[in-house]
Amino acid sequence: MTELSKIRNFSIVAHIDHGKSTLADRLIQSTGTVQDRDMKAQLLDSMDIERERGITIKAQTVRLDYKAKDGQTYVLNLIDTPGHVDFAYEVSRSMRAVEGSLLVVDASQGVEAQTLANVYHAIEADHEIVPVLNKIDLPAAEPERVCEQIEDVIGIDASEAVRISAKTGLGIPDVLEAIVTRLPAPKGDRDAPLKAMLVDSWYDAYLGVVVLVRIMDGVLKKNDKIRMMQTDAHYQVDRIGVFKPGMLPVDELGPGELGFLTASIKQVRDTRVGDTITHEKKGCEKPLPGFKPAQPVVFCGLFPVDTAEFEDLRDSIEKLALNDASFSFEMETSAALGFGFRCGFLGLLHLEVIRDRIEREYDIDLITTAPSVIYQIHMRDGEVIELHNPADMPDLTHIDHIEEPRIKATILVPDEYLGDVLKLCQDRRGNQLDLTYAGSRAMVVYDLPLNEVVFDFYDRLKSVTKGYASFDYQMIGYAEDQLVKMQILVNDEPVDALSTMVHRARAEARGRAMCAKLKELIPQHMFKVPIQAAIGGRIIARETISALRKDVTAKCYGGDATRKRKLLDKQKKGKKKMREFGRVSIPQEAFINALKMDD
Amino acid sequence: MRDWQNAGFGIYVHWPFCLHKCPYCDFNSHVSREVDQERWRRALIADLTAQAQTTPDRSVNTVFFGGGTPSLMPPDTVAAVIEAIGTLWDLAPEAEITLEANPTSVEAARFAAYSQAGVTRISMGIQSLRDDHLKALGRMHSAAEARAAFDIARKQFDRVSFDLIYACQNQTLAEWRAELTEALDMAVDHLSLYQLTIEDGTRFGEMYAAGKLRNLPPDDLAADMYFATQEICDHKGLPAYEISNHARSGAESQHNLIYWRYGDYIGTGPGAHGRITKQNQRFATEAYRAPNRWLDTVEAIGNGLSETTPLTAEDQATEYLLMSLRLAEGSEMDRFTVLGGHLDNARITPLIDDGYLTMTNRHLRATTKGRPVLNAILRELL
Repeated sequence: MTELSKIRNFSIVAHIDHGKSTLADRLIQSTGTVQDRDMKAQLLDSMDIERERGITIKAQTVRLDYKAKDGQTYVLNLIDTPGHVDFAYEVSRSMRAVEGSLLVVDASQGVEAQTLANVYHAIEADHEIVPVLNKIDLPAAEPERVCEQIEDVIGIDASEAVRISAKTGLGIPDVLEAIVTRLPAPKGDRDAPLKAMLVDSWYDAYLGVVVLVRIMDGVLKKNDKIRMMQTDAHYQVDRIGVFKPGMLPVDELGPGELGFLTASIKQVRDTRVGDTITHEKKGCEKPLPGFKPAQPVVFCGLFPVDTAEFEDLRDSIEKLALNDASFSFEMETSAALGFGFRCGFLGLLHLEVIRDRIEREYDIDLITTAPSVIYQIHMRDGEVIELHNPADMPDLTHIDHIEEPRIKATILVPDEYLGDVLKLCQDRRGNQLDLTYAGSRAMVVYDLPLNEVVFDFYDRLKSVTKGYASFDYQMIGYAEDQLVKMQILVNDEPVDALSTMVHRARAEARGRAMCAKLKELIPQHMFKVPIQAAIGGRIIARETISALRKDVTAKCYGGDATRKRKLLDKQKKGKKKMREFGRVSIPQEAFINALKMDD
Repeated sequence: MRDWQNAGFGIYVHWPFCLHKCPYCDFNSHVSREVDQERWRRALIADLTAQAQTTPDRSVNTVFFGGGTPSLMPPDTVAAVIEAIGTLWDLAPEAEITLEANPTSVEAARFAAYSQAGVTRISMGIQSLRDDHLKALGRMHSAAEARAAFDIARKQFDRVSFDLIYACQNQTLAEWRAELTEALDMAVDHLSLYQLTIEDGTRFGEMYAAGKLRNLPPDDLAADMYFATQEICDHKGLPAYEISNHARSGAESQHNLIYWRYGDYIGTGPGAHGRITKQNQRFATEAYRAPNRWLDTVEAIGNGLSETTPLTAEDQATEYLLMSLRLAEGSEMDRFTVLGGHLDNARITPLIDDGYLTMTNRHLRATTKGRPVLNAILRELL
């Protein structure tokens, strides 16, 4: 156990690509926590998807032993948190477990929307914040300007910002010293009853559920009988330890320390993040304030391309859910797609990550249906229904009005693209709340309906600003609007998986665009295929895929039989990736691509 | 009776050399200045000799010299190959022996010698009767030269066919109708009429990918040209007996019918394919594609085959159907079933109801409406 004065707990706040994971790697390396030969880039990002996409999804912890210039050895606990808005909740709770943050800003790019969102979490958690300017070695670095920006936009003193290059290792010793000298030591009482925060938990195939804890008061030892205060579940501790970054058993964890425990807990769902852990006997009286559980905000259907793989899909979803309590699922039946699952996610990135993991780790081809938000349907009789799936829309005659979730979106964008961004936000039914400047960059704040954002808003934003804009959002509540359910009929049959909720004023344009998109996406058949968009019984848009007139190989002789046969076999496999509706085959990717608007 | 005996037995001889490579051609053809005729003649005969051992006691119904440009073969090489075939198998005196020829005066001068060598039928790569299209297609002859060569062939051989390509750059429907009508007026009894297809790995393929192949007729116009082709040829008494092949009754290419009726055939020469039944098993054979590789292999081990693959029952049934449905006469369901094929009634019935297929006396046929979309039908059926 370590003396409180020799402990520093901290997290790193940064925008994507500003060098958070590289800095974490350097800190691990220069404290000798991991031998050079075992070092690999983005050491803390353990999932393939994290490494490939350069994002952190799951918070990771590492304990560093650091001999400071004052001759003392300190224990530095780093929690590496996700940067993306979808995982903001994970960030905010991890911040509660530490006392300080390093605010990493790219010295050429400056402050971005994600930096802002995450630094606010740190401020809310009362963190001491040490600004760090990264990539100082790049010719485009403008440390003075970026310091000014940190002071103007965020409002914290940047005069003593640490200037580093995480890539070359320049300035890393200064970061370590700043952690020791500028961040506060944790507080706590060793003799008080045990009070530990359940920071996170995940499933490990060998150990069962692993719980990340931060000890506030008291001491946790192996074989202790513990109680989770919110769930009132009792367990006996099997193991305790710390992350270096591999799991290293220890005898006890004392106040201010971060570590893990295992206690034969079967499911991640049995643990509640933010819960207070205490001893079964002589426990503490008042629990920690706790956190609100993360709520899914984006829903979509996941269906196996091959209907025979439904059970495999169930299996993979259940396994993923074991480790991700923020993702919800329930069985769904679609007339068009058969059996699948309606799944809830924290946001679009979360959706993509889960979908990628199912396709990759479990090798199941998926059809993803249009993402939807939760609409509140206020019925005439006063009942309020939460609608997750447009296909479940109740009879219109019983509906009084419909409300939809809205968000406050913060966008930072270079001046030259401001006009395009404003147009995009207006087109998506936004109300401008604020427009200010920080240097040559504008900060725009918009109140937007979430359903206009869930699909391709971020892609569009990136494309109209050539990637120079950054974006973050938070939910602000529900508001009434004129929303209608738009159906798509293919060959006169409604395809429920293509139903969407749209604003009445935009329905026609949206319907026309979807029909036109589907006309491109659905291959020609031997007969004409009409595609229609309808609201209620009224057709608002129509396209027709003309019948195939000619598709035959001109030359086919003795040398062509093998090639033709192999081609047919290949097409047969391709056909498995289509879904048949009556006599029309719709390719799997059409369900999601039909929604992509070019604005 | 073995399945192949329903269709017969033919021999395909591939001559891979051309004076120059046409931009639309994806056949195995190579431009070579020096060809050692003696070595090639010996190799073709050696390869045939080796393959004859797998098919003893058969009668050869047809022989086909294709390419490349087989009309660049010296007549004595052609004669030697035909003679060898006659020694290795039983070659009936009435056997159809076709040679593909370019319609130039140089080649026409050899027609008499080819006839002397035993060739009974000439198939000419005329491709177009319009000089501008010939130029665009990279052909070395003029329309007038082609007509002259055709007249010479007509005098030498009872049976002459030629190829035309339609849906060329800048071609209109009226122009194609006029050109086709002229072709049919040329005392011809067999025509192969191909829609220009842009193949990967050809110069046209590259140009197309780069957006440099301009003014190709759009799909709808190309389809109109196909339908006009059927109408005009029907009217002149040369209906399509296969997707792209038209003949007066009795003038069909017997050799190509072996392919479409799924008979057995030996393939010799670089890149040639074969289908050979040994005991009860049908094999697909393939020869080395590169001319020198093929030649060296034959000289080293006696044959030029790179692959001999047994075909599963399902593969054979698929091949039978995809080849035979190209024919106006269609496919025999009994043969298909014996080969190991199975067709779902639920898949056939809607196609019959919509007029794409007919089934009479267990004979499945693609209708005039079905043939132009045969690829789509096959995707539905298989």
